[in-house]
Amino acid sequence: MLFKNDKATVWVLAVLAAISLIVPLCNLIFAPGSPLYFSAYTVSLLGKYTTFALLGMSLDLVWGYCGILALGHGAFFALGGYMMGMYLMRQIGNRGVYGDPLLPDFMVFLDWKELPWYWHGFDQFWFAAIMIVLVPGALAFLFGWLAFRSRVTGVYLSIITQALTYALLLAFFRNEMGFGGNNGLTDFKEILGFNIQSDAVRACLLMASGMILILAFLASRWVVNSKLGRVVRAIRDQEMRVRFLGYRVEMFKLWIFVFAAMLAGIAGALYVPQVGIINPSEFSPLNSLEIVIWVAIGGRGTLYGAIVGAVLVNYTKTLLTGWAPEIWLFFLGATFILVTVLLPDGLLGFWQRRLQEQK
Amino acid sequence: MKPNSFRWCCQVILGFILMSPTLSIGQENTAEDAFSAALSNLKAGSMQERGQAIEQLAAVQKPQATTVLQALLDGRLFTLKTDGQLVIGEEIETGYKLTDAKSAESLGIVERSATQKITVNNSLRTSLRKIIGRLQLNDDDSAVRLAAVSAMGKSVDDQSLAMLRGHLPMEQDESVQKAIKLILGQEQLNSADKTVRLAAIDLLKEQASQNVVNRLNELVEKDADGHYLEADSDVRNQAEAALSKINSQLQMYAGIETLFFGLSLGAVLVLAAIGLAITFGVMGVINMAHGELMMLGAYTTYVTQQLMPNHLGLSLAIAVPAAFIISALTGIVIERGIIRFLYGRPLETLLATFGVSLFLQQTVRSIFSPLNRSVATPEWMSGTLQINDFLSLTWNRLYILVFCLMVFVLLLQILKRTRLGLEVRAVAQNRNMAKAMGIPTGRVDALTFGLGSGIAGVAGVALSQITNVGPNLGQAYIVDSFMVVVFGGVGNLWGTLVAGFSLGIANKLLEPYAGAVLAKILVLVFIILFIQKRPRGLFPQQGRAVEG
Repeated sequence: MLFKNDKATVWVLAVLAAISLIVPLCNLIFAPGSPLYFSAYTVSLLGKYTTFALLGMSLDLVWGYCGILALGHGAFFALGGYMMGMYLMRQIGNRGVYGDPLLPDFMVFLDWKELPWYWHGFDQFWFAAIMIVLVPGALAFLFGWLAFRSRVTGVYLSIITQALTYALLLAFFRNEMGFGGNNGLTDFKEILGFNIQSDAVRACLLMASGMILILAFLASRWVVNSKLGRVVRAIRDQEMRVRFLGYRVEMFKLWIFVFAAMLAGIAGALYVPQVGIINPSEFSPLNSLEIVIWVAIGGRGTLYGAIVGAVLVNYTKTLLTGWAPEIWLFFLGATFILVTVLLPDGLLGFWQRRLQEQK
Repeated sequence: MKPNSFRWCCQVILGFILMSPTLSIGQENTAEDAFSAALSNLKAGSMQERGQAIEQLAAVQKPQATTVLQALLDGRLFTLKTDGQLVIGEEIETGYKLTDAKSAESLGIVERSATQKITVNNSLRTSLRKIIGRLQLNDDDSAVRLAAVSAMGKSVDDQSLAMLRGHLPMEQDESVQKAIKLILGQEQLNSADKTVRLAAIDLLKEQASQNVVNRLNELVEKDADGHYLEADSDVRNQAEAALSKINSQLQMYAGIETLFFGLSLGAVLVLAAIGLAITFGVMGVINMAHGELMMLGAYTTYVTQQLMPNHLGLSLAIAVPAAFIISALTGIVIERGIIRFLYGRPLETLLATFGVSLFLQQTVRSIFSPLNRSVATPEWMSGTLQINDFLSLTWNRLYILVFCLMVFVLLLQILKRTRLGLEVRAVAQNRNMAKAMGIPTGRVDALTFGLGSGIAGVAGVALSQITNVGPNLGQAYIVDSFMVVVFGGVGNLWGTLVAGFSLGIANKLLEPYAGAVLAKILVLVFIILFIQKRPRGLFPQQGRAVEG
């Protein structure tokens, strides 16, 4: 059987499938007030968490399985988000504040006369969809190729990935970049011809996010269990030895890094229509560090640990920022410290060990 | 007879009566008496008489006479309504602060209504200016003479030119001579004689100032049709040559200025990074809370300043050790409480200290509010050091540069010459061997971390003088300081220094072409590429300690 001896995976898949099918359907079928009704708020919240789960899982591929602590993973997420944002921007058409048929509002505001070359093609969804995967993947390829080839490892790699996302943050803040500067891309109207604000589209987006997460989970699971995945795990544990055995370590690292970046890009693309905005703050180094803590809390090297961690941390964030915003950073800081000192395997690892001890 | 004139007559008579016995005593007293008499005459009614009194005063060889004349010109010379005493008033909120015109003694403060201003008309004002200029030109102090010359240079007229021309051969001081020549040279540009004009251009070429550049530019200007305004082509060519010489000089000044800005930015980077060079470089601990330790130092400055608002300089001097102690203690607590459990797991250390940084940020935000706090700069640190018309350096950046070098040298000496430094280096090189030799590695770790953190606090004091103090202060510098350490090579203080300064200068060199943000991005990209080529930085550590 496909999932032999892997109850956890079956459980995760079941829960994910349930959430991504039942919640949106209940939201659409039942009337408000019914006990089975899920509010639009719940739907959009779950949709957001689902994309974070995908993002967390993609980081787990590089960090948990390959040992690369990437502190700039949010950059790929934000890039994917910007690609989607560009598509949604072009769908506004002449319904913007300035009513320009071609140029988005912020370009009219900047007194630009024509669309920059890199905005062409984004009026087509298929083109945007390719770019969502291609652009983060290309950046990861370029960066990874340079870094892994010259054997930049450990904390050095972490720091330059952080520098990468920091540089992108600064770059996207510039109006001259043509991505809306400080305000980013927002005021979206419709996606694939449907009103982006409507409940049905939100429900569909949650469904799509859930399905894509399930697919990505299965694909990632297949990758890490393949021969390539085993080599990658060997690199995490003993890089030198793998190299001496004749494997081209940098190629394996590059492969997994690019794959993870593409997944992160997809997560970003699913995130943007659900929150309705993408701006440069998504590139901030703090965001990337938050992703790391999701994975650390859930437990590294399990894939589903990252999913659990992402949902758990973000649910706590939603609760705390609504209740007492100043506590959130205290909580996040304390979590960083406690998890690294006391729970090196994350919550799931801790739980599993307890279970084994009881047996 | 008007009452004023009558009073004047009486005073003159009285004056002569009083004066006559003293006449025989000596030259000194004659001057004194002439001074008194002239002062009395000043109070005379008609402008004509006042003019004579001014001439008399000018003839008196006394510094106080110049002061009185200057006061008269500025409208600060009064008589007291009560007894007619001649006084110099200085306007303050409650009235005038008076000094006696003759003896310069302080007379306290009176209300405005108790005084009567001694007025002058325009022609008197003109002659006053001339006389004061002449008097100051003859002053013994060369600084006074220089000030007088530059004051005349601001509004040149024939009389002052004649005066300067007459004074030039007598002038001994070189800088005053230069200033006079400069003014005369600008005047000579208008001469009808071609050779005089060429000579003037030659002279001006050596003395770049904004005025000179403007004047020379006038000579090479074209009108709307593209014809030169200046008819004489020789003069024009000479002016062009002079301008290009001055321009190359200006470029040099601009270069020096960029270098200075770069160095001062580099100094900030070095200050921010050097503590990190200790904790990261020597101990191998990634301390993401380093920026927040700097922030603590900056807030310490803020608090000391709040405690003693009237002693800015002193509070700053106290803030340096206070910030060191507070940040160092915080650092030691972090090391003993968290990092010590994570040695050998650098990635986990990174995450845990990041948690600490969030914690510290939120603590400060809760205590001091999320808004930026402004820290005042003491007077001796504000303003600029004006080197010439084209080059001025801000004092606070100059001080930070010096401060940075002091901290660097101090740290180097601590690591080189003290017992602690020896132990730190030993543990860094080979922990187990050091332990075997009886070095208490745990204590050394704590102290090293404390030292690095304390330096961060001191850097925070410096930062408080150039940026806003807020909870996000540390965040802004953390990526930069890691870049500096990594670029310079881990475990090498000199590498950090060189890297900090070169990154600062590179940033400022790129800024004019690319803008501030793009320059920063370019530098970041450069470092990312550089690390690919030389993963261990500019000055890599050698030996076995590297592996592992």
